[in-house]
Amino acid sequence: MTAAPAAATRRPGLGARLANLVLPVFTGLLLLFLFSPIGVMIAFSFNDPAGRQNITWQGFTVRNYFDLWGRSQITTPMINSLLIATVSTVVATTFGTMIGLALTRFAFRGRWIMNMLIFIPITAPEIILGASLLTLWVSLGVERGFLTILAAHIMFNISFVVVTVRARLAGMNQSLEEAGMDLYADGRTTFWKITFPIIFPGILSAALLAFALSIDDYVITLFSAGHTLTFPLWVFGVSRLGIPPEVNVLGTLIFLTAFAFIGVQLWGQRRQGRAAPITLVGR
Amino acid sequence: MPQSVDVRLDHITKRFHEVVAVDDLSLEVERGEFFSMLGPSGCGKTTTLRMIGGFEEATSGTIYLGDADVTGQPPFKRDVNTVFQNYALFPHLSVFENVAFGLRRRKVAASEIVTQVGAMLELVELPGYEARKPSQLSGGQQQRVALARALINRPRVLLLDEPLGALDLKLRKQMQLELKRIQTEVGITFIYVTHDQEEAMTMSDRIAVMRAGRIEQLGNPEELYERPRTAFVAGFLGVSNLLEGDVAGGDGSLVTVKLHDGTLLRAPADGAATTGPVRIGVRPEKLRVDARAEAGASNGLNALSGTVLDASYIGVSTQYLVQTAEGHRLTVYAQNLDTAGAGELLAGGQHVQLTWKPQHTFVISGTAEHVAGDPHLTEEGESA
Ligand SMILES: Nc1ncnc2c1ncn2[C@@H]1O[C@H](COP(=O)(O)OP(=O)(O)OP(=O)(O)O)[C@@H](O)[C@H]1O
Ligand SMILES: [Mg+2]
Repeated sequence: MTAAPAAATRRPGLGARLANLVLPVFTGLLLLFLFSPIGVMIAFSFNDPAGRQNITWQGFTVRNYFDLWGRSQITTPMINSLLIATVSTVVATTFGTMIGLALTRFAFRGRWIMNMLIFIPITAPEIILGASLLTLWVSLGVERGFLTILAAHIMFNISFVVVTVRARLAGMNQSLEEAGMDLYADGRTTFWKITFPIIFPGILSAALLAFALSIDDYVITLFSAGHTLTFPLWVFGVSRLGIPPEVNVLGTLIFLTAFAFIGVQLWGQRRQGRAAPITLVGR
Repeated sequence: MPQSVDVRLDHITKRFHEVVAVDDLSLEVERGEFFSMLGPSGCGKTTTLRMIGGFEEATSGTIYLGDADVTGQPPFKRDVNTVFQNYALFPHLSVFENVAFGLRRRKVAASEIVTQVGAMLELVELPGYEARKPSQLSGGQQQRVALARALINRPRVLLLDEPLGALDLKLRKQMQLELKRIQTEVGITFIYVTHDQEEAMTMSDRIAVMRAGRIEQLGNPEELYERPRTAFVAGFLGVSNLLEGDVAGGDGSLVTVKLHDGTLLRAPADGAATTGPVRIGVRPEKLRVDARAEAGASNGLNALSGTVLDASYIGVSTQYLVQTAEGHRLTVYAQNLDTAGAGELLAGGQHVQLTWKPQHTFVISGTAEHVAGDPHLTEEGESA
């Protein structure tokens, strides 16, 4: 006990104090690097630019947030993007989950080929996928537009869902399902009462991922779009003339929505007291 | 009185590709019995249990629960519940919902469920834990929840696959008593899988000792320990000393066996071969060591002379390794009744005589066999 005050008063040396600063400073710089573009985007959504260029700060306004709703050249691509993202997410999540289940729960002929093929849309360069799709549409004589974009998005989203859901299923103790069956639940009841609730966080992160991938996809969409405009296509188009603040407004709104979703999900996991991290596969 | 049979396996075989996990196994488990399946790793215990539960389909043979043939039935149609080795508690459900799961599936009224779950948690000594999630319980508590979740359905048979395997020794002992108490209290037939012979011995009414997919011997703990019929069973249920010889005659209840060096030993005649080569066995605690080497067999005891190779003082007993003239090595557990400390041990090299009662001897027909097939299985069961 006599040593305690001595230890408390002994100050760390200068070198040690500098070393203690390295991690916080480094972390701070990294966060700044990651988030400054988003910060700039949000800030400039409140800018009041003179012309079409929104690159120098002119003055604060919230008018941008009210202006854009009446202008169909902005809202139509946004609605297209939201529709495509929603529908492709629902379809891909449904079928992707089913494929993930089949690949982990059943042994069938050609399973390993399926396991490999499912990775192709993830690993193949987007430009290749896009170009092949264009070839496909042209050779089939399909007119490109909303539906072809939707089909393309479902195609790549399914792969991401399968991979995410499969990871969750692989981590699930299979005797849980046997325990369900043992306790008088038939196959269907076992799925809905046990398997589904347990893999649900995986399905949810798969769906969020699919939605995020769809809403900002440019390359594959471009090849399947025809005359239909989605939000990324529109942004890219107008940016050649100068970026209007509406781009920042929509970007900010999308960012906040995504942020809210992730927040809700993390909160839900925390409430369930589950430490298992969700696997979000990056692209 | 003929008991009613709860589970009957009729010539059950299970093959996984070329591996024969269970080999033409027949078995009857009586109502209310605590029945254990005991055997080394890979002998087919889990597979047998899973076939009774309906998780694995038998390659051939028939399974009866009571009088009903359930061979092709899925698990949820069988009046059988399982306590899984890793408990398999539903992580997303509370303790209450875990225990209530089976009742909910069978559409039991909500008020009835509350009463029954409460009573069941009382039985496994976990009242007040209803709202916890499985992740917030200790291993022993999870084990109790798993037991409650299965028992609440009052199945005809409860299957338990090494339910105490994940617990430490002290908790294990405590849960053994607990399980036995609960089984007596609810009166449900238990089929219990373990590879721990002591566990099987303390808890079971009857034990099936399994080896390579077959039942080697079936009987109550005492029969199996005192009168093992094969070297494998003798070795699996404790230490045994085996000597080779030939049956040389008999007088009613006892047979005489002549060892290769001419020593005559006597053993109970029940069930043993009456001619030909046999092995004769005796448990280490039945042997008496006598320092007067040539004391001679008196009052009908079996006697063997030998030399002490090694003596170790363990406190409650002393363990001797004695080598006979023929070269056999026998383990002896001597009670430290008259001795007080390591200083009074018989020294290595000392000539001694071992004596024991003929009734404490068991006879195994045939000579030492080679265990075909599985190189991991020594004939004596546990590798020393
Ligand atoms: N699904 C399976 N596919 C192939 N072989 C299997 C399968 N399940 C079990 N086996 C084999 O069947 C044999 C019996 O296995 P089982 O699990 O019944 O042994 P056990 O007696 O329960 O052993 P343990 O004490 O190690 O649990 C083993 O040789 C095992 O390798
Ligand atoms: Mg096993």
